[in-house]
Amino acid sequence: MSGVMVIAEIKEGKVKKSSFEVTAAARSLCDQSGAEVSVALAGSGVEGLAGEFGTYGADKVYLLDDPKLQPYSTDGFTAALARLIEEKSPDAVLAGNSILARDLLPRLAARLGSGLMTDCIEISIEDGHLTGLYPVYGSKARAKARCAGEKPHFATIRPNVIAAEAADPPRSAAVEKVAPALEAVRTTVLDNIRETGGKVELTEASVIVSGGRGVKNAENFKILEELAAVLGAAIGASRVAVDSGWRSHADQVGQTGKVVNPRLYIACGISGSVQHLAGMGTSRTIVAINSDPEAPIFEKADYGIVGDLFTVVPLLTEELKKALDN
Amino acid sequence: MNIIVCMKQVPDTAARIKIKGDGKGIETSGVSYVVNPYDEYAVEEALRLKEKAGGEVVVISLGPDRATEAIRTCLAMGADRGVHLKDPSFEDADPFVTAQLLAKALSGMDYDLILCGKQAVDDNACFVGPALAEGLGIPQATVITKLTLAEDAKSVTVEREVEGGREVLQLPLPALVTAQKGLNEPRYASLPGIMKAKKKEIKVMDAAAVGVSGDDVKQKIETVSLSPAPERTAGKIIPGEPSEAVKELVRLLKEEAKAL
Repeated sequence: MSGVMVIAEIKEGKVKKSSFEVTAAARSLCDQSGAEVSVALAGSGVEGLAGEFGTYGADKVYLLDDPKLQPYSTDGFTAALARLIEEKSPDAVLAGNSILARDLLPRLAARLGSGLMTDCIEISIEDGHLTGLYPVYGSKARAKARCAGEKPHFATIRPNVIAAEAADPPRSAAVEKVAPALEAVRTTVLDNIRETGGKVELTEASVIVSGGRGVKNAENFKILEELAAVLGAAIGASRVAVDSGWRSHADQVGQTGKVVNPRLYIACGISGSVQHLAGMGTSRTIVAINSDPEAPIFEKADYGIVGDLFTVVPLLTEELKKALDN
Repeated sequence: MNIIVCMKQVPDTAARIKIKGDGKGIETSGVSYVVNPYDEYAVEEALRLKEKAGGEVVVISLGPDRATEAIRTCLAMGADRGVHLKDPSFEDADPFVTAQLLAKALSGMDYDLILCGKQAVDDNACFVGPALAEGLGIPQATVITKLTLAEDAKSVTVEREVEGGREVLQLPLPALVTAQKGLNEPRYASLPGIMKAKKKEIKVMDAAAVGVSGDDVKQKIETVSLSPAPERTAGKIIPGEPSEAVKELVRLLKEEAKAL
């Protein structure tokens, strides 16, 4: 084993939690063999972030710091990381499954002649092959698959699957500055429109409060937002709520929306179609609040309250305030 | 404008999925197949572009015999012609191989813009679009929700989803983009559209026509086994008046589920 490389992701000047999760995952993969865990940290002015990865088990951080790597571009990052991977030849390259990773890793893997396992919920090395388990067919099935062909092997890991736990013993990762290979970037960023800046990203949220048909209109989402504020939760929505124009598509959870994996998912006025379940079925604890006792969501929820969400949700908000204050 | 749409036929999202005896695939009998929902947005956007800027929309798909129906659906929506990559050696094509085959097939064609869905809802790999752009050496923009062609038709400006918002990106043509929900509302095929589609050309390309053999179609990702997703079982319905039920729920979340 010549090691596992983690591609770190930075958002609003901070390393994303999922990058630490993936570093911890890489550490446990390498603990079997004692191989090296390295992190590729690319961006501009990101040197100050390099010191954080040792805690999660990284042995080395490759720092690719260049003004041309900000903002992210597919061309710029593919060129820089492809060169780094070729030089360091890790056996496996991992990243947290995110919009950026799904833009970059397929292109990077293709350039290096490899495939990619996307959105893994388990990862291991079996007989020298990177092996992953990931949901397929709208989360109705799971595929166990392995990378064949030449190394490196590539995979992305679903956020919140692996805890970002401090490695024992913690390490102090050596930082190696690497002059990134730069290629002409053909695309131009004209604008960046912040919509939920600073808020919890749905796909990485630990707690989600989600609303559906039963919420009835956009204004009524306010009572869900009040509950979410108490829990530090992100807001999600069913397809009906999005198609009715009550919430933006960025909030949609389900097969044609986002796949989420929180510790706690509170579904308010959501009936629970198979397509919705495809997006939140791996949540650790599901709570359903719905006035229809026959709603299919109750068959999947750990706890259900049959009742009017306009009564139940504000009561729950108050009760949680009390409970969390203690 | 020469516009190419890459399309995959997938099981209907509402279909029940049964795993085959060998544990490596799904039972296909009784499953209804549809155009991958994200690819429908790609087809619709291609048609709207053609209506504005003129040109031709070609739909290309890799798949078994039944994929013809999905290509025909796109032709009925208004695409001009279809290309069907079909060969026994393509049957186990993984996303890597699919992207390679598409790149080979397209390298001999004229194109200004290639549209794909952002992912196929069966394997969820999100791989083919970017890998195809790489194979053709053209720039890409993934998960787009808006597309505008420049007046000189030499570039497109797209809005794409990024975490916490949207990014406005300009790409010189030729380029590849992948469609996200929100890009448009796909049209239904009209009856005249369906009639016309019957006469439109679907060119079949086998391994020889694509120009591949042996190792070219070797998988990079091997499926070891498929298993049904663990079923969640119904938990507790908490009875009582709302105020009481809510108290009990908070207690359970705290003490039993340890979810707070």
